[in-house]
Formats: sequence, C-alpha cells, structure tokens
Amino acid sequence: MDNLLPEVQEVFRDVFDQPDLVITRESNASTVDDWDSLTHVNLVTALSIKYKIRFALGELEELKNVGDMLDLMRTKLGAK
Amino acid sequence: MQPLNLRAVPLDELLLRRRALRRQLVARTELRDIRIAVLGGTTTNELVDLLEIFLLDGGFRPVFYQSEYGRFYEDAVLEPEVIAEFKPDIVYIHTCVVNIQRLLPVSCKEADFTFAVQAEMNRYRAIWTSLNESVKCQIIQNNFELPFNAILGNLDPVSPGGISRFVNELNREFAIEAAANPRLTLQDLASISARIGLNQWFDPERWFSYKIANTVQGSVAIASSLAALIGAMYGRSRKVLVLDLDNTLWGGVIGDDGPDKILLGRETPISEAYTAFQEYCLSLRERGVLLAVCSKNEEDVAKQGFAHPDSVLKLEHISAFRANWAPKHENILAIAKELNLGVDSFVFVDDNPAERAIVEAQLPEVAVPNVGNEVTKYASIIESARYFELLSLGKEDLSRAKLYQENAQRANLEQKFADYGEYLDSLEMTAEIRVFNDTYVERIAQLTNKSNQFNLTTRRYTLAEIEALVHDRSYIGVYGRLTDRFGDNGLVSVVLGRLDGHLLHFDLWLMSCRVLKREMEIAMLDSIVERAKERHIQALAGYFLPTTKNGMVADHYEKLGFSLQSKDKATGATIWSLDITNYAARSRHIRIPEPVHG
Repeated sequence: MDNLLPEVQEVFRDVFDQPDLVITRESNASTVDDWDSLTHVNLVTALSIKYKIRFALGELEELKNVGDMLDLMRTKLGAK
Repeated sequence: MQPLNLRAVPLDELLLRRRALRRQLVARTELRDIRIAVLGGTTTNELVDLLEIFLLDGGFRPVFYQSEYGRFYEDAVLEPEVIAEFKPDIVYIHTCVVNIQRLLPVSCKEADFTFAVQAEMNRYRAIWTSLNESVKCQIIQNNFELPFNAILGNLDPVSPGGISRFVNELNREFAIEAAANPRLTLQDLASISARIGLNQWFDPERWFSYKIANTVQGSVAIASSLAALIGAMYGRSRKVLVLDLDNTLWGGVIGDDGPDKILLGRETPISEAYTAFQEYCLSLRERGVLLAVCSKNEEDVAKQGFAHPDSVLKLEHISAFRANWAPKHENILAIAKELNLGVDSFVFVDDNPAERAIVEAQLPEVAVPNVGNEVTKYASIIESARYFELLSLGKEDLSRAKLYQENAQRANLEQKFADYGEYLDSLEMTAEIRVFNDTYVERIAQLTNKSNQFNLTTRRYTLAEIEALVHDRSYIGVYGRLTDRFGDNGLVSVVLGRLDGHLLHFDLWLMSCRVLKREMEIAMLDSIVERAKERHIQALAGYFLPTTKNGMVADHYEKLGFSLQSKDKATGATIWSLDITNYAARSRHIRIPEPVHG
C-alpha cells in the first residue's frame, strides 16, 4: 500500500510527459510545471481509471497538495 | 515508424501515455497537415487531445482552434471571421444533449413541440449557413445522444413534452439537412453513445466540475469515430477486404474435410454463424468494398467451397482470388497489383494468428484486425475499427465492385489482340470531356483527394475550392468521363490549367487508375489544348512533383511529347513544356462527341 507515492509519481510522469519529475507529499499545482486546469482533468481521469476509484464532487477542491490526495486515495482504496 | 493501431490500445494506457504516444507519432514522416476548428457546447480539450493522436495515427498532422466552452453559436454566427482567419479545412461542431435550448413543460402541446424543434433547428441552420458563407469549408456536426434522465419513461419518446422525443426529432431533421447539403457531414453521436451505453456515457461529476458531458470512454469513442470520418474525407478509407477461407469464411478445412463437409448453411449454430459472416461480407461488397480471397489451399479445391449450395458468397463476388501455398503477404501484394490499389487500402481477415502476424510484419500498411478465431465476433471487430467509413453512398461506390469486375473482363479480352490499338478500338470508348461545372464539383473534389498514383502534383482541393474554380476565368479546369462497351467508368480524370499570359500551367493532372493505358490522357490533352487555343495560349507547362506513390507518372509529360525544362536535384521534381501553336489532335481510339455547351 505504501508504494502509492512512487506509483502516483509514475502517473504524474506519464501524464505530464516529464520522465524525471519528482513528486513529494508537499507538491501542488504551483510546484509542478504544466499543472493547470486542463492537465488536472487528465491527471484525475488517469488516476480514476488506473485505480478504479471515483472522486466525488467537491472532494478534490479541498485538497491542498499531493499528500492530501494520497490520503484520500488510500481511504478509497482501503474501502474497496 | 508505423501506425500504432490506437483502437487496440487499452484505455488506461491511452490516457497515461497520450503525450508519449503523441511524441512517437509526430516523428513519423509523410503526415498530411490539416486544420480543424472545434466549436464545442462543452469543454473540448480532452476530446481534442485524443483526436490529435488518433489523427496522427491516421497519417494527419492536425492543428486545432477551439472555441471557449459553450460558445459554438456565438463563434459561428457572430464572429465567423475569427474562425475564417484560422483557415480551417474542417469545422467540427460538437454539441450534446445538455446544449439543447429547450424549456418546454412536460404538459406542452404538439404545436409547442413543433415550434420548439424548429426554433432549435433555426439555431443550427444559422450556424451552418454562417460557416458556409464565411469560412467555406467542410462542416462536421454531430447529432444528439438520448438524455441522461428520461423522466417520462416509456412515454418519453411519445409525448410532446418528452426530451427523448425532442432529441429523436432533432436527429431526424439533422439527417435530412446532412443528406441535402454535401458540405455538412453528420457524426452519429446517438449511435456512438448507445454502443457504450448511456449509463457509461454520462458523468455528472465531470459535467459539474469541468463541463465535460461524457466519460473519458465516451471521449475516446467520439475521437476515434471522428478520425475515421476525417480520414474518409481525405480518401483514407480502406477499399478491399482480403479474406482467408478455412475457418474464416466457412467452418472446417476444405482440403481435409471435402467441399461437402465444410460448415455453411442453416443446419447448425456454427454453420449459421459462418453464413452470417458471409452475408456481412456480401453487404460490404454491395456498398463498394472489394472482396478478395487469400488462402493456403489448392486453387481448384478452394473454389469448390463457393459452389457449396449454402455459400452466400459466389466466385463472381470475389474481385481477386489467390489460393496457393506461397506466403500470404506475397499473395496480398499480387492482389494489390491485380486490382491496381495500394495495400494501404487493404484489410486482412484470417482466423490464424500466425498468418495475421506475418502479414502485419511484412506489410505494415495492411490493416490486420485481431479477429480472434470466433466467427461470431469477426464482423463486430471489423466494424469497430471503422475501416470502410464513407461520406455518401454515391452511385460510384455502389457500382465500384462491378466496375472492377468489368476491368477483369477487359483484362481477359486484352489477351486476344496482337495489336494494342486494335484492342483499344474494340473497347468502343467514348469520352465526355467538359469544363468544370456544378454537377461534378463534388466528384472532382473527391478525386483530387483520393488519387495518389496517377497524380502529377498531388494537390488536394476542398469542395469549396473546386466550386470557386467553376467560375474563375483565370483557370481552365476540365474533367473527363469515359464509357466503353463494358460500362460507364464514371468521372475518371481531372486537369486544371492556370492561365498566365500565353502560358498555361498545369496545377493538377490526375486520373483514376481504373482507366490506365486507355489513352484517356491523350484525349484530355486534345481537349485542353482546344480550349487553351481559344484563350490564346501558345505553350503548356507541366509539373511533376514526386511522392512515394506517383512514380508511374514520372514520364507522363515525356510520353505526351513535352520537353524537359528543368529538374530539381534534391526533390526530383521536373518541369516540362509543350509548344501548341501547331498542335494537331492526337486521340485515335476514343470518340469525343462535341459538347452542346462548353
């Protein structure tokens, strides 16, 4: 389960097409190049498909950084 | 690098690796530039991202313009000049059921319903008319999917207040408009969404969050269908279905089991399934797809299968037949040569994965769908790849299979004559060669986009451009139709000359390969010279721009007696010239009746 950060980092690398991108729990839209509202849709869609999870309306707006997102994903994956 | 067959790539990989795939595909050479304006009722970025890689995979290098979300009407009707400035080849209007401006109460009357449908139609007619007048390019408009909530249930498509009924009626009106307007091409979103299923199509969360009305599966399906449609506009649809025999067209192995024991007919479920697949193949042939056989068999044994009383397909339906023990890719090349078509217009269907693999490896341009080995799945797998997408069912398409058949008869006849001229005379050819007119603009534009081999400059023209040339006095555009004793070959040749003082430059000279070696090019030259002289032209300038496909016409102008003026060492392009002040008509084997007008 706690390979989630490196796994999600791979998703980020694929979606943003930046093979050397390093993601930490503190990363957010302002620290990752090209993370705008359009690529955000691609990212969320890719994560939803890969992990077969759904983000409910409003859930994503409350997240401050990647760490928050990982915690939310863990909750969803644990509940499956 | 070769096409990737994106339609077979799993969804998660497509999404995760989209940018990497794009990078790979952009590196391919020979991509055709295309400019597409997307006017969306929803946020179209995801759709456009996916469309881009599907188009790249299909041999295009697209550049996009996108309207802001929901501004399709304003952009098209109020500010069409912004779109015109982008100079699109295609405008795609992507609207969904959420964009329907309809506020009818459930209790409304028939008259209210009719009025509301017409009001909505007027909105779309205004969009199409404005684009037609200001942008002058091909328009693709999708129809509508059924609504997410049909609150009247089974009454929804019945009652004037039902949204389903409203959608069905709009879709009917859209179809009528598209049938009447060759500039307007319909994309059948109603069917695309139904195939996925409305519950897997709509995603309210994405709608509320991003203003994307459908799931990402939906976006992939829309992009894939749109890429096939655009390919069809540029003549990239496939034309030939090459079929294996044993366990593909019938059950069993004819060489082992004998012609009486192959599984066909209505007696068992398996027999019925093979018969159904044959019926599917025959229906493709009836709409213009050529059928060919490529089988590892003894030829006479293989042919006995078609004499089976329950065989829906008969030998006469097969345009090229290769049954022997040579490798299949070699036979497919031989079929291509016989039919005079490139293997990039072929689809190969075989139940044997080893045969599919060798053809795929040796002839990467051939489409080789993974049809598996269950006959019940063959047709739907072939269908899902949209290989044979078409824009209209012209008489051309319906009779194409017959035309090629007649060609085969001609080839048989050819062998009996010692003198080729005598053979040509025996064909009793008559040509109609006239200047461009409104009746044929569509076919002319179509030919400029799909002729690759006998095409001196490979310049593509849109319908709008050809329409403009009809009345442009600075051009002489001539088309040729050829009829012979076996039938009408249709409109087969187009020559476009540009006036420049006493000189006429050939911007375009093309011909359908179905009339190769018929001296049609000589008849075309006679005719264009006659018209050129009326306009005081003294010399003709011909241009040959080489591509990977038009090698056959490298000596076209030389054969017509033009002299070489220059050759570009880097590209191989040549320029030719012919003095026509003393030109005498040369056509000997084709009769050209005097036109009544023009």
